[in-house]
Amino acid sequence: MVHQFENNGYKIVMDVESGSIHVVDDVAFDVIPLFEKNSLNEIVEQLSDRYTADAVRESYNEVKELKEEGQLFTEDNYESYMNGFKAFKPVVKAMCLHIAHDCNLACKYCFAEEGEYHGRRALMSFEVGKAALDYLVKNSGSRRNLEVDFFGGEPLMNFDVVKKLVEYGRSIEKEYNKNFRFTLTTNGVLLNDEVMDFVNKECGNVVLSTDGRKEVHDKMRPFRNGKGSYEMIIPKFQKMAESRNQTNYYVRGTYTHFNKDFSKDVIHMADLGFKQISVEPVVAPPSEDYAITSEDLPELLEQYDILAKEMLERKKNGKDFNFFHFMIDLEGGPCVAKRLSGCGSGTSYLAVTPWGDFYPCHQFVGNEDFLLGNVFDGIKRTDLQDKFKLCNVYSKENCKDCFAKFYCSGGCAANSYNFSNDINGSYDIGCELQKKRVECAIMLKAAEADLI
Amino acid sequence: MKHIKTLSTRDLKGSMKKGGCGECQTSCQSACKTSCTVGNQSCENNK
Repeated sequence: MVHQFENNGYKIVMDVESGSIHVVDDVAFDVIPLFEKNSLNEIVEQLSDRYTADAVRESYNEVKELKEEGQLFTEDNYESYMNGFKAFKPVVKAMCLHIAHDCNLACKYCFAEEGEYHGRRALMSFEVGKAALDYLVKNSGSRRNLEVDFFGGEPLMNFDVVKKLVEYGRSIEKEYNKNFRFTLTTNGVLLNDEVMDFVNKECGNVVLSTDGRKEVHDKMRPFRNGKGSYEMIIPKFQKMAESRNQTNYYVRGTYTHFNKDFSKDVIHMADLGFKQISVEPVVAPPSEDYAITSEDLPELLEQYDILAKEMLERKKNGKDFNFFHFMIDLEGGPCVAKRLSGCGSGTSYLAVTPWGDFYPCHQFVGNEDFLLGNVFDGIKRTDLQDKFKLCNVYSKENCKDCFAKFYCSGGCAANSYNFSNDINGSYDIGCELQKKRVECAIMLKAAEADLI
Repeated sequence: MKHIKTLSTRDLKGSMKKGGCGECQTSCQSACKTSCTVGNQSCENNK
């Protein structure tokens, strides 16, 4: 499958199945769509009003050479390969520990319902957390790198247990030949020097939640008394980022219908000195006033273009920063198995509630239909786990012919379920935004390579 | 080539031979939590 697009003056051709990416001139851009179904003479004739016959012939021969080298018009023969992968018994390698179902903020878009996840306020005990780590170690097969995210609610409301679990995890690493990679996601309210020292020592990544401009952040991320949290958390986040040498962290925001001009929020974060930035669209039912609608799409797509151009400018001026969704590792990126097998929710990735229940991921927590089992008894709903195991690019009708399938891996199962009532369905607005992000990311690579 | 410049990319077909070790980062453990992004994950075997 070939996907062609123009962005910021670059004409780009993606050969989806081989992963090849070509930056082409006008002639090649027009020859490629005609190549498969027309002879050379027919193409010369069809393009005669725009290009000389010599130019079309040259271009045609280059396309032909790339096809012969397996870099254009590559066929998709991965489905049977993926079927082989699906036969494997799942091993778990990542856990999202809901260390606190409670929060000291009252963010308006919180899918966790201010930390409560449609349930009760609760803090995870050390015993439950320990059982989760034990389960992870025992069910991780030969996987050495085990990822554990301390999530909430707000995990720092249960910091003592976080510390004890890290200590416990480190104490069993050698015995089982495992390497724990701990991460923490926080709203910053309880961030202090002690926490920063701990995070810098133990956590490979820390996610710092902020939405950008003060008015945007404070509107959606207030305390329970309605007061905004921006003034309190930003200086702490800046200190945290600096203390990590501006690496291995993200300031992470959510944009909504209320800040469709979200590129300004990303730039605001960059102006505050942050170098690792992630800002994502809110996922919310259409009934919410802040939900993104299909009418918002043209403006949102343009925002990604604006952001990409601004990032290029800043790079030229030595003021570059990373935007998570434009980061793409073309040469050292994941293998095709990773790209096609989905996020791993329900199989290699599990969320654990404060009382030890397993759900396929944090987004499903609280929906009893997706309760998989618990840390003490293991997975009980193997039927449900099998459904997640089979969920991949080829089980999703809308993904098969999408050029972005190797970059999003079929998207988020929870989003698909929330919008189509089926984990193999799709969330169309999310797909459009994802496709745009992939195009911008590739344009940035083309610009960086300074080709043509 | 005169009309086409190819960016250096990983050979996806070739990655079938040695791929699938499962050691790389789970996408939602990075920074997303609401969208699936695997294209920016790094392969542990290339380190």
